[in-house]
Amino acid sequence: MSEQPLPVVDYMKIPDDGDPYLEGHKCGECDAIFLGERNICSKCGTRDRMGTIKLSTQGSLYSYAIVHRSFPGVEVPYISAVVDLDDGATLKGNLIKVDPDPEKINFGMPVEVIFADALGRKDRDGNSYLSYFFQPRA
Amino acid sequence: MTDAYVVGVDMIKFGRFPEKTVPQIGSEAIMMALDDCGMTIHDIQALYSGNLGQASGMVGQRILHEIGQTGIPVINVSNACATGATAFREAWASIKAGLYDCVLAVGVEQMGRGLLGGAGGGTGISKEGLLGSGTMPAVFAEAGMEHSNKYGTTFEQFAKVSVKNHHHSTMNSKAMYQIETPLETVMNAEMISYPNTKLMCSVNVDGSAAAVICSEKKTRELGLMGRAIKVRASILASDPWQERDLVMPDVNSCTRKAAKEAYEMAGLGAEDIDLIELHDCFATAEILHYDNLGLCEDGGAGRLIDDGDVALGGRIPVNVSGGLLSKGHPLGATGIANIYEVSTHLRGEAGARQVEGARIGLTHVIGLGSACGIHILEKA
Ligand SMILES: [Zn+2]
Repeated sequence: MSEQPLPVVDYMKIPDDGDPYLEGHKCGECDAIFLGERNICSKCGTRDRMGTIKLSTQGSLYSYAIVHRSFPGVEVPYISAVVDLDDGATLKGNLIKVDPDPEKINFGMPVEVIFADALGRKDRDGNSYLSYFFQPRA
Repeated sequence: MTDAYVVGVDMIKFGRFPEKTVPQIGSEAIMMALDDCGMTIHDIQALYSGNLGQASGMVGQRILHEIGQTGIPVINVSNACATGATAFREAWASIKAGLYDCVLAVGVEQMGRGLLGGAGGGTGISKEGLLGSGTMPAVFAEAGMEHSNKYGTTFEQFAKVSVKNHHHSTMNSKAMYQIETPLETVMNAEMISYPNTKLMCSVNVDGSAAAVICSEKKTRELGLMGRAIKVRASILASDPWQERDLVMPDVNSCTRKAAKEAYEMAGLGAEDIDLIELHDCFATAEILHYDNLGLCEDGGAGRLIDDGDVALGGRIPVNVSGGLLSKGHPLGATGIANIYEVSTHLRGEAGARQVEGARIGLTHVIGLGSACGIHILEKA
C-alpha cells in the first residue's frame, strides 16, 4: 500500500516537492490540447510534436448536469460539470460548494480547480486517491 | 450504379421478452419482413446482422440456425446505437456495388433495465460521482445544457419533446407505451439528471426490425416496385475532432457532417423532407438535432417545439412513431426500426399517425463514441 495518495487519473501529477497539477499534452503544430499522453495529434495528424503543459487551475462553467440518480453507493445529488480552462483545455468533474439547483448555477461562472481526497474512496489494496474538483472562484 | 430499394420491411412490437433468445427475437422481424415482400430466406444472398449485447456471439449465424441455414455470407455488425443503421448501410452498399441483388439487414437487441453508461474503472477506484457522471442521462443532460448556454433553451422546451413523442406513440400499436404524458407530468416525474426526468429518458426494451433490399432490376423482375422505397442517401460518419470531445462525446458535429453529406447525395435540402425519425435517446438530444439536421437556423430549435412545427400535422413532423422515448430503444434494432417507420408513411400505411402526402423521409441515429447514420428514403 502506498503511503501517499495516488493520482485519480494518469494526467494528474503529484511531484515529491510541490503542489499537484493536471498535465496536458499540446500539439506543437496546431495547439490542440489533450488529456493523457500521446504522440500523434488527432486534430491535425502531426507526429512527435507533443509537448507537456501544466494545465491552468482557472476556468469557467461551460455546461452541467445535476445528477439525481447514479450507481449504487454514489451520493446524490451532485453537479457534473464541464469546465473550459483559461488555457483552452476542457475538463469534466464535480462542481462543489454550489447548491445543486439550476437557479444557483450560472453558465460562464468563474471556477477554479482544487485538489482533495477522492471522497474517501479506496482501491482493493487500501490505497487512497487524490482527486480534483471545481469550486466557485472567490 | 444501380439504385437500391427496400422491398420488404417490418419490426416487432417492442417490449420485454426475457424468455426468448436474441436470435429468436431477430428471427421474428426477419420473417415479417420476408412476408412483407413474399420472399423466403432462400431468396436472400447475404445477411447483415446488427446487435450490440452479444457482439462477439455470431448472432447472424444463430438467426440462420433458427430460420434456414442456406450457407450465405453473414456479416455481424456492432456500432453502438448506430448498429442497425450500419447493418442496413452495409447491405445497401453491397447492392450498389453489384455484389448481390437481394440482401437482408436485421437489427436486434435484448436489453436489461436501468442506467446505461458510467465512468469506467481502469485504475483503482470508480470515477462515477467523483469526476462528474458518465451515465447516459447525465451525458445528454450536459449536451442539452450546452444548447441552453448558447441559445437559452429551457427545461420546459426539453420536456415538451417528451409530451409530443408520447402523444405520437398513442397511435402506434408497435410502441412499448401508448400513454399521454402532459407537460406537468413530464416535468414532475423523477429527476434523473437535470434537465432529464425519467419520462425524458428513452425506454430500454427488447426489439428487432428487418429490411429486404433489392437492386432496381430485381425489384422490377419481382413486380415489387409498387410498394418499394428508394434509398436516396445512405451516410455514415464518425466524430470529427472537436475541442471539447475528450469530455463531451460528440453528437453534434458528427450529425452535421452526416446530414450535409446525405442531403448532397440525395440532391435535396432539409426543406424537401416530409418526416423525420431522429435519435431522441433523451428529450434534450432531440432538440439538438433540429439544429443539426438543418430544420431551423442554429438556435431555433426551442421555437420549433413551442410552435408545434415538429408534431404530427406540423411543418416537419419528427418521431411520429413515438420515438425512442416511448416506442422504446433496443439499441441494435433502432436504426432499422426507424427505416420501417418512415417506409410505412411513404407507403401511406401508417393509419392514424400517417403524415399526409409524405413522399420523402429521413432517418437518423447516433451512437456515442461516435457513429452517426443517416438515410433519406423516397417512395419509388
Ligand atoms: Zn495538431
